[in-house]
Amino acid sequence: MNANLASLLYLVSGVLFILALRGLSSPATSRAGNRYGMIGMTIAVVTTLLSHQVLPNIDALTIGMIVVALAIGGGIGAVIAKRVAMTSMPQLVAAFHSLVGMAAVLVAAAAYYVPESYGITLPEGGIKTGSLIEMGLGVAIGAITFSGSIIAFAKLNGNMSGASILLPGRHLLNGAIAVAIVALLVILIVSKGEATWAFWALTALSFVVGITLIIPIGGADMPVVVSMLNSYSGWAAAGIGFTLQNTALIITGSLVGSSGAILSYIMCKGMNRSFISVILGGFGADAGAAAAGGGQKEARPVKQGSADDAAFIMKNAGSVVIVPGYGMAVSQAQHALREMADLLKAEGVKVSYAIHPVAGRMPGHMNVLLAEANVPYDEVFELEDINSAFPQSDVAFVIGANDVTNPAAKTDKASPIYGMPILEVDKAKTVLFVKRGMSSGYAGVENELFFRDNTMMLFGDAKKVVEEIVKGMAH
Amino acid sequence: MDHFISLLSIFVLAVFVGYYVVWSVTPALHTPLMAVTNAISSVIIVGALIAVAVPAMGSASWASKIFGFIAVVFASVNIFGGFMVTSRMLAMYKKKDKK
Repeated sequence: MNANLASLLYLVSGVLFILALRGLSSPATSRAGNRYGMIGMTIAVVTTLLSHQVLPNIDALTIGMIVVALAIGGGIGAVIAKRVAMTSMPQLVAAFHSLVGMAAVLVAAAAYYVPESYGITLPEGGIKTGSLIEMGLGVAIGAITFSGSIIAFAKLNGNMSGASILLPGRHLLNGAIAVAIVALLVILIVSKGEATWAFWALTALSFVVGITLIIPIGGADMPVVVSMLNSYSGWAAAGIGFTLQNTALIITGSLVGSSGAILSYIMCKGMNRSFISVILGGFGADAGAAAAGGGQKEARPVKQGSADDAAFIMKNAGSVVIVPGYGMAVSQAQHALREMADLLKAEGVKVSYAIHPVAGRMPGHMNVLLAEANVPYDEVFELEDINSAFPQSDVAFVIGANDVTNPAAKTDKASPIYGMPILEVDKAKTVLFVKRGMSSGYAGVENELFFRDNTMMLFGDAKKVVEEIVKGMAH
Repeated sequence: MDHFISLLSIFVLAVFVGYYVVWSVTPALHTPLMAVTNAISSVIIVGALIAVAVPAMGSASWASKIFGFIAVVFASVNIFGGFMVTSRMLAMYKKKDKK
């Protein structure tokens, strides 16, 4: 296939990827969007196979390797996609990011070893300066994405404590590694690509910095981390796209890069924290220690209720707003919750769901879980759309969420969560909290809502409590 | 015009397109958005395929073939896994039944 035709087809697949993202502006068009994405990918792969860089070289060995690789990868991917539980989506996405990062490193390494196949050699020998810079950036970002995502995966999947782990002098360490990476890139460029050791040292240091960057970041900051790694995987792809002079890769890389960056921004805004403070890590650790130190001061009385009380209150309410959080995901309570909502609706109660931007462990996590439990998406509302409804609601049913409802975010300037947008459940006539215990949330801040007269605490595992409420409603 | 400049132009414009397109994505679909961006960023498979197809002559080209092979495996896990899990999620988003 001639190079111009190939470039045009890559452009077509780039456009199809744009349409794939465009489709996600509404659930109704999203499925068509996903199909555009698949068509775009097929076009890109077929174009490459028929291009002047692949077709003339094709022999039995190459065909065999490609078929086997596609079969292994495709098979693993299909099995994972079929089996994964919706509650595990954050881990899965982190794992997928790591694969994109590693693929970027491998492709850059291949281009480094046989630059002539990619047309990036200098006439007098060696590799072009521009290509070395693109490759170096691609490798560094790819390697950071890979090791960072592995750490994020381990934290989300519970293979590793979700608490932030603070290495001594970590900012100095990261800074020193960053300087070393730049120095190695310079050595690589000056040697016109001859310094193979510098290439691998650069790769190795980037793997290390991926680990040291993510380790200090705590579990509830994971929505930002996952989005950020999403963005990195895009920039790595774009970097490699420049090396390969491939428009499909450049377009896709920039789409994914900006997508991840926007999601990180939305998540940071949802917590009223700066991106820098999340990246520097350590949040929750200091505040948690402070709360533990001062937590013994008093045991204030709370009103505790039974599942039957809750069932009675909600059945006799006019409207109930359900506020799900990470605790709902952990105990897989979404199906029981939907059942409860159905019973309420049968009693003529108006039920809606309120989702905080940072509820769960990744952007949109709660929406997927509710969708999985067959909750219609037009009953699910974002923070800005639902907050005005709380004053007219009889019951706010908070299940597995805490910090995102804490009025201290509005009133207490000294609180670490001050300024964070919250779901104003305190304005509802009655607040029901389903919680495992009295512990404070991720931010280590006590929630004064627990002690209010119109609050009732329902202690226990989210799923069990909801199931008992469902039983309580039946009689 | 240098080829690099035209690629850079595509890059900059695509960043802007991405910016506006992603802001229009409804927050309810942010998880599928991440899954599908994962799948499409695996278009890096085109680089991996070129690496596998390098004619096997000498150690450097074998390095390329092997790196390429592993990269094709990783990228295809993502492509198949990413698109399939996205469609599985999107199939769950339903409107209220009109009874």
